[in-house]
Amino acid sequence: MAAASAAAQHGRSVILLDDNPAAGGQIWRDGVQAPGHRIHDDESAARTQALQELDACGATLLFGYRVFDAGAPSTLYAVRETAADDEVLVLRYQKLILATGARERFLPFPGWTLPGVFGAGGLQALVKGGFPVHGKRIVVAGSGPLLLAVASHLQAYGAEIVCVAEQAHLSRLVPFAFALRSHPAKIRQGVRYRHTLRKTPYRTGCWPVSALADERTGMLRGIELSDGAKTWKQDCDLIACGFHLVPNTELASLLGCTLRDGFVEVDENQQTSISNIYCAGEPTGIAGLDAALLQGEIAGHSCAGHPGKALRTHNRAARIFAAQLQKAFQLRPELRSLAAPETIVCRCEDVPYRSLATRSSWTDAKLQTRCGMGPCQGRICGPATEMLFGWKMKSIRPPLFPVSVSAFCLSSAQQDLTQENA
Amino acid sequence: MKSFDVLIVGAGIVGCALAKECAEANLQVGLVETNTPGSGATGAGMGHLVVMDDSPAQLALTRYSRTLWQQLIPELPPAVEYESRGTLWVATDDEEMAEVHAKYDTYFAAGVLAEVLNASQLATEEPNLRPGLAGGLLVPDDGVIYPPAAAGFFLEQAQARGATYLPGSGVVAASRGELRLADGATLHGDRIVLATGTNCALLPSLPIKSRKGHLLITDRYPGFLHHQLVELGYLKSAHKVQADSVAFNIQPRRTGQILIGSSRQYGNVDPATDSFMLERMLERAQLYMPALSKLSVLRAWTGFRASTPDNLPLIGPAAALCDDESLWLAVGFEGLGITNAPGAARLLVDQMLNRTPVIDTAPYLPRSTANHEYSHA
Amino acid sequence: MPDYVTVWVNGTAMQLAPRSMVSAALLIAGIPCRKSETGEPRTALCGMGICFECRATVNGVQHRRTCQLTCRDGMIVETER
Repeated sequence: MAAASAAAQHGRSVILLDDNPAAGGQIWRDGVQAPGHRIHDDESAARTQALQELDACGATLLFGYRVFDAGAPSTLYAVRETAADDEVLVLRYQKLILATGARERFLPFPGWTLPGVFGAGGLQALVKGGFPVHGKRIVVAGSGPLLLAVASHLQAYGAEIVCVAEQAHLSRLVPFAFALRSHPAKIRQGVRYRHTLRKTPYRTGCWPVSALADERTGMLRGIELSDGAKTWKQDCDLIACGFHLVPNTELASLLGCTLRDGFVEVDENQQTSISNIYCAGEPTGIAGLDAALLQGEIAGHSCAGHPGKALRTHNRAARIFAAQLQKAFQLRPELRSLAAPETIVCRCEDVPYRSLATRSSWTDAKLQTRCGMGPCQGRICGPATEMLFGWKMKSIRPPLFPVSVSAFCLSSAQQDLTQENA
Repeated sequence: MKSFDVLIVGAGIVGCALAKECAEANLQVGLVETNTPGSGATGAGMGHLVVMDDSPAQLALTRYSRTLWQQLIPELPPAVEYESRGTLWVATDDEEMAEVHAKYDTYFAAGVLAEVLNASQLATEEPNLRPGLAGGLLVPDDGVIYPPAAAGFFLEQAQARGATYLPGSGVVAASRGELRLADGATLHGDRIVLATGTNCALLPSLPIKSRKGHLLITDRYPGFLHHQLVELGYLKSAHKVQADSVAFNIQPRRTGQILIGSSRQYGNVDPATDSFMLERMLERAQLYMPALSKLSVLRAWTGFRASTPDNLPLIGPAAALCDDESLWLAVGFEGLGITNAPGAARLLVDQMLNRTPVIDTAPYLPRSTANHEYSHA
Repeated sequence: MPDYVTVWVNGTAMQLAPRSMVSAALLIAGIPCRKSETGEPRTALCGMGICFECRATVNGVQHRRTCQLTCRDGMIVETER
């Protein structure tokens, strides 16, 4: 949104494309109004302002479209599923800004595939999509600042947050909190979360060992947690568990942008290794909302030929913050040993840990067990196997998301939008 | 220093089948692989076990090899996903129906079970085919497998009988009984077999040309498709034409996913998919089966077939191509590597040990191709 | 805007807030969206259209990601059972 508004300021014609039904991405996803269900959107000024700017800037907003392929020259193919058929868009650009965000990292542990176990951001998104959690007891587990945000939001929707279990040890988090002193807004936000959750135990150095099912019904009834010295069981109705974030770099990879350490490499103008492609936000480094907004703005201005020098100083601070985040919430080695031999690692193909433990590489595992060959194309199991075995996923191929044969064949292209200006 | 009876370069399905065959013949065999088993053409193709009648020699080899596959069925682990799906060759008009009848006669003479289907029988067998087709030929004993698992199985069997698997290092030179590896090590063997697919680096005089193919796989739709469907024009595309071509060829997998193919291109070694080829391939497939249009595509990829001037593989001593008694070849399978792997393995070991082969090996013997040219359409 | 939309889940009518996702209907009903390859019941995990665990058949089209699909009046949702 920031990029679109910025680029449009310079008179460029801009198209903004998103898979979701409306603006906001994951963080600022709109919540559903339900009778007897109070909305608790993040009504922060920043969000309101960004949405208003987007509305006013004159950019063409295309929602519900997902990019599934790219071609030469400078062409993207996107599809929208409608009731009748798939609508294919062929988009030609002079400049492209990728703001594809991040997804949660999931690590397997016994019981993690039970209904009732969700991602942390995942449960928040589902709640915003209309899943009521009023009165439900929820354990929030995993790692990252996202856990507090999620716990706070779920509580606002009426859930009882039983505890928040952060795997990072306090000794890592304290320096991080101290480093936040240069980000007063983040401190204020942190304080707000802690206040909202003042009655909720926030246990550091604590991680999930297994999700527990009721013997009779098979439904989720609790979670087993560990702090390395002891384990204990905690009753709950739902589990929201995610281990920090992984950048969505698939489209950037498909386009041929250089990645470094798994992130899209950009210069201070957010330009990638391909001269007419820019990238902003989480795919360049997990640094949170403010950095994403900032980088989006930089990218928008740069694309339009007006790189903003003033913004760059703030961006440097954002990069430092990203490095601090990474360090503070680094995943502990115990998390590699959570999976039992029968624990499913690849959920699309039901590949258990024991089948993967003997394989030599991602390619070998894929070929011999089908791990990563399902619809998610390794988005869930890839980061997990990287943590468990050190494997790096290779080769991005189209389609980036499943599309119908007809859409993939492009035989039903119905629109052809050409960009005259960047 | 250890010396092998046989050193095999390449752990694709052919190399692995060969390793198993050698080990079962009590030969000391080593199998060298740079990447992982089945990661080349073996992992990219369709896993179709098919008797192909484009030439008498091809018919003989595919029939023989298919029989060997059938003998293996009781031992094949579930991961190999063997299914006797049968091939259904589809005819669109009377001219193609005449070809169907000719094909039936060829199969009949060769003892290969086949059945001519008329238009309504075809529609009953495969309800998702479009109406208005003329009929087809069903070859019920053709099968479908998952090739990388088969390669892995052959390798395990070979190792169980004493074969040595040597992964991880590329081979930089192969001559006079010596393999030089990229990490500097050398291996010695009385015989060195190149089972290297499209890679001709070790013997540049190999008459192998790479033919790029595209495939894509859908999500799960159990019951959508029963047999492997191939248009009669496939043979023309595969073995008679040199230009870029597509041919309708689709396969049901045990998971309920559909594999959609096929395409052929010369002179393109880029592993990236080509949209224009995918488009042509999918349009052709939808022509035969409009219901495909709504299926969800999960992934598209490419693979490279090793083709030879006469469309027959090279199975035998490489002496005709180079002055080296130790070199042998098992290459050039152009889309039939999976089908022909067990047969080629058996024929090669027959030659090594002077056993009498079940079929005549002459058509597959590597010959000097100095005067051989690829015909251009 | 009406106070609710009606969707049919495995033959039973459900009323949801406007702009609810289809995933909400299945979660409220406590019905798993699909069965995994080895028969485990599965439901939404990531909430953002990436994990494909929330797939169900909607208006006859299979493999729709319900967490990305807004409920429309009269929608017919069927899960793998």
